Amino acid sequence: MRADLEIIQQWVKPGDHVLDLGCGDGTLLDFLKQERNASGFGLEINPDHITTCMNRGVSVIEQNLDTQGLDNFEDNSFDIVLMTQALQAVRRPDKVLDEMLRLGNEGIVTFPNFAHWRLRWGLALSGRMPESDALPYKWYNTPNIRLCTFKDFEALCRQKGICIKSRRVVDGQHQNNWLARFWPNLLGEIAIYRISREKI
Amino acid sequence: MPDSLPVDSVGIVTPQTYHFETPIELACGQTLEHYDLVVETYGELNADRSNAVLICHALSGNHHAAGYHSKGDRKPGWWDTCIGPGKPVDTNRFYVVSLNNLGGCHGSTGPNSVNPATGKPYGPDFPVVTVSDWVKSQALLADRLGIECWAAVVGGSLGGMQALQWSLDYPGRLRHSVAIASSPRLTAQNIAFNEVARQAITSDQEFHDGRYYDFNTLPRRGLMLARMVGHITYLSDASMGEKFGRELRDQAYKFGYDAEFQVESYLRYQGERFSEVFDANTYLLMTRALDYFDPAFEFGGDLSKALAKATCEFLVLSFSTDWRFTPARSEEMVNAMISARRKVSYAEIDAPWGHDAFLIPTPRYTDIFTAYMDRVAREVGA
Repeated sequence: MRADLEIIQQWVKPGDHVLDLGCGDGTLLDFLKQERNASGFGLEINPDHITTCMNRGVSVIEQNLDTQGLDNFEDNSFDIVLMTQALQAVRRPDKVLDEMLRLGNEGIVTFPNFAHWRLRWGLALSGRMPESDALPYKWYNTPNIRLCTFKDFEALCRQKGICIKSRRVVDGQHQNNWLARFWPNLLGEIAIYRISREKI
Repeated sequence: MPDSLPVDSVGIVTPQTYHFETPIELACGQTLEHYDLVVETYGELNADRSNAVLICHALSGNHHAAGYHSKGDRKPGWWDTCIGPGKPVDTNRFYVVSLNNLGGCHGSTGPNSVNPATGKPYGPDFPVVTVSDWVKSQALLADRLGIECWAAVVGGSLGGMQALQWSLDYPGRLRHSVAIASSPRLTAQNIAFNEVARQAITSDQEFHDGRYYDFNTLPRRGLMLARMVGHITYLSDASMGEKFGRELRDQAYKFGYDAEFQVESYLRYQGERFSEVFDANTYLLMTRALDYFDPAFEFGGDLSKALAKATCEFLVLSFSTDWRFTPARSEEMVNAMISARRKVSYAEIDAPWGHDAFLIPTPRYTDIFTAYMDRVAREVGA
């Protein structure tokens, strides 16, 4: 069991209506459908992933967040909006966060931590852009154009008045890592944030 | 037909005529006392009758969707690229039903059939039928075939409109609705093109107010023009450019008005051939059915409200260069389904052939269609 799926599942209520931005091959939505009887849609642009979703019975819409936005979705039309490992690949993560919380009561966001010690170490030592399990690309072909650290993300949330309800940290293989709990911004590779609008 | 049957062909098929004696009441208020539907089927109905797929045809289509009628046939059915053993609509797994719609001109009761009240062809007296009427007659056909619930209702263009209408009129009788290169309603531009086609037909001197059968003639010119203008809307600028460019039939301009460019002679040829095999009154009727199709109308234009009744899952596909029913029209459907919380999957397929792309197999189109139908088959145990 991937730890991230297990963690996300705990935050989804039975029967929740879910939107998954960048749903990949539909693993998460399929899992939530089976474990939580969740309904909903995934958005994806990778043709192979879209075909896989359709074959496994996950409702998938071909839609590009950068060029098409999310205007076709109505306010508060979902219980939860998910975005796993895609925030760093969109042009305006800040606007996507706003949209997530316009469409859903809650958002769940996961992304790789650019301040993980191995990346810091790699950059410091070699002077080259770092690569890792969570970031396995070259600087010139990476889809990850908006890399940030856990601290950066939390600062953005504070600035936007977004409430961080929970945070869990896992390693690059999406497994729990007890060390990362002590010093997440140095030792955590991937964070899973549960966010909502600040209560007024 | 090729010398030997392709292995992925359904082979030689024979249409069957089903006669219906119970009157059918139509949306226009008129009733057809009795009528025929011509049907082809491919594959075997399974024991629990769960693997039936209905294929709905577009404007000029008919029941002959796949295979060959005889060894002498030059071409297979109109959707042979997608229906057959191992094809997206896999006849090894599905029982496929394809009919000629009411009002058609290929054997089902239509304007060129004999009106029992007069002993002459109906002609203009044949009632204008709607997409809903077709769906109703298809449901009656399903009753006759012993099919309580379709695994899927599938169609392209006007056929996709029938697939959508099915989900609204008989929500409990289909598991999946597949609408390819379709639209939830025509735009003003779409209706305008249809009107040009109709004007071409009705202004032909040989039309005789639709009673040309009585005069032993056909409005060939009008129907040819209608087909020519229609045909342009099925292709893309790029695909016409690729196929014909500015190529001339001879080396030089002749400074006249005969068909000098290849594209002109192609359109004339297509139009002429069509005018010999298609009925002008059916063409009028089909274009009107297109114009009238608007399931959101009675819901104040809100398609998502109309979709509240639907329970099936949807697959919607569009093609990047289709300017007759653009991807935006498909997205209109998809957005209404999202808003109504129906299960829907959507993809826009990159293909250069305009509206006709739904008839042409491209790798991504075939992959998606196959993947989706494979899942439908698994779901019904086929």
